[in-house]
Amino acid sequence: MRPRVGVLPIGALLAVGALLTSFPFFWMLSTSLKPRSESYAYPPTLLPSRVTLDSYLQLFGDFEFGRFLVNTIIVVIIGFAGMFFMAMAGYAFAKYRFRGKEALFLLVLSTMIVPIQVTMIPTYLILNSVRLTNTLVGIALPTLVSAYTIFLFRQFMTTIPDELVEAARLDGGGELRILISIVLPMSRPILAVGGVLTFISGWNSFIWPLIIANDQQNYTLSVGISLLNKQLTVNPPLQMAGASLMVVPIVIVFVILQRYIVQGFALSGLK
Amino acid sequence: MSRLRRALVPYVFIGPALFFLVVFSVLSLVVAAVVSLTNLDISGLAHYANVRFIGLRNYQMLFSDGAFWESLGNTAIFVVVGVPTLIIGSLAIAIALNYSQSRLFRALRAFYFVPAITAIVAISLIWGNLYNSQFGLLNWLLSLIGIAPVQWLTDPAIAKFSVALVAIWRGSGLDTIIFLAALQAIPPEYYEAAAIDGAGELRKIFSVTLPMMRFAIFFVIVTNLIGWMQFFDEPYVLTQGGPVHSTTSMSLYIYQQGFRYNAFGFASAASIVLFVIVAGVTALQLRARRADVDF
Repeated sequence: MRPRVGVLPIGALLAVGALLTSFPFFWMLSTSLKPRSESYAYPPTLLPSRVTLDSYLQLFGDFEFGRFLVNTIIVVIIGFAGMFFMAMAGYAFAKYRFRGKEALFLLVLSTMIVPIQVTMIPTYLILNSVRLTNTLVGIALPTLVSAYTIFLFRQFMTTIPDELVEAARLDGGGELRILISIVLPMSRPILAVGGVLTFISGWNSFIWPLIIANDQQNYTLSVGISLLNKQLTVNPPLQMAGASLMVVPIVIVFVILQRYIVQGFALSGLK
Repeated sequence: MSRLRRALVPYVFIGPALFFLVVFSVLSLVVAAVVSLTNLDISGLAHYANVRFIGLRNYQMLFSDGAFWESLGNTAIFVVVGVPTLIIGSLAIAIALNYSQSRLFRALRAFYFVPAITAIVAISLIWGNLYNSQFGLLNWLLSLIGIAPVQWLTDPAIAKFSVALVAIWRGSGLDTIIFLAALQAIPPEYYEAAAIDGAGELRKIFSVTLPMMRFAIFFVIVTNLIGWMQFFDEPYVLTQGGPVHSTTSMSLYIYQQGFRYNAFGFASAASIVLFVIVAGVTALQLRARRADVDF
């Protein structure tokens, strides 16, 4: 079979595009390892002349990035409780018949068009009235459940055969038991997608921690890093070290699960 | 008893998720609508007794505020620049990435996806550094080909595009993933049939690929329009809406009124106007879609 027309030039164009797209990340890592004086050098240097971890050490020494990191991880973990709620809801919408199902599902979908700026002030007022402002739980709650992810779970779980669920019921399995021991293990691709989306939204969340956390003690990484932007004198390596600290973990998670993500989207019937 | 319990199961399953959606979307929307009719500010927050209903006065003030109309105009520019660029760009990238299933093409995918998953705060620092007018890399590169330094973030006209460019760069990843998933769902027989009919590569794209992707394209247009009408992150972190309001989107205007000047009532009125615009545009699209002949 002869190779398709144009594979080579298209591949070359894509490679150039990939380099351009990822260049800012290369620049971030490179600058984060430069000594401060070199980062102002003109003309700029592509690679550090001397590699130093000073900026990273400064983040954890002079700033409380250790605490911010722990806070961020706690927010992400709370987010995973939300993912279980979303899987439960997706399963109910996919596999049960009940009164009001269509209307309730439409209600879920319609929440997607409510802009976050509409909900910012009321959410603050609501959380304030239950004394959850300035807490990590308060930071995690507004994004705990997303209609988008419920939709993906529902789409995927409708493909699970009814007979399987029925058979488990005849064996006397409780409904929650069936969900946990039969349905969820069969839903691995969509759990991967949901897991990545949940991780990303918790890890990257910026606007809610900014609004909800008044106290440095409850800052997450993203809010901590935005402080580096407000310093009187610009310190590029320090800023880039902060950025790297946020970007690198998520890139690793994503690259590992990348295959499942495209597959998960394809399986959820988005075509 | 057990039958009743069984009937309750689905409600118990959707209960927790629905609770959070209702509290943080539906209830929030209602609260915003109520607050928009009051003069709620920081003193009202301390003692609700200080809050007065003032009817539609917030809306009157809003529509006579030049800065509000400017933010509306800016948002329109962002939408007009951002949405078509993103959709055509990510569609082209996805089609190119799907052109061959070789290992090289698969490896290249991740490069295009990564901007979409990185935190906006990190992105703002990186691009702020690249855009820097004194020691930034972009101006140095331009100087190599003899172009004078550009005031990327400090010139009102240019700043709009600098900010939009970062959002396009960041937004392309997710759209490309969705398009790629849709491309992979097209049965290969369609292409084989087109090839037998003597269609060339370009012809296949227009006669097979694009028609088969109509739903994905529609989905991406709807979500992108919603996203760009609410454009917030990039101007907030890169320019704080400046220079002289040139990058203040509607969302940023609302945020500033609400959380910088503590004019919660006034900001809520602006947010309700934004919601009505977003809901209206989305409803129009869904209707147009329904009128469209289905395949």
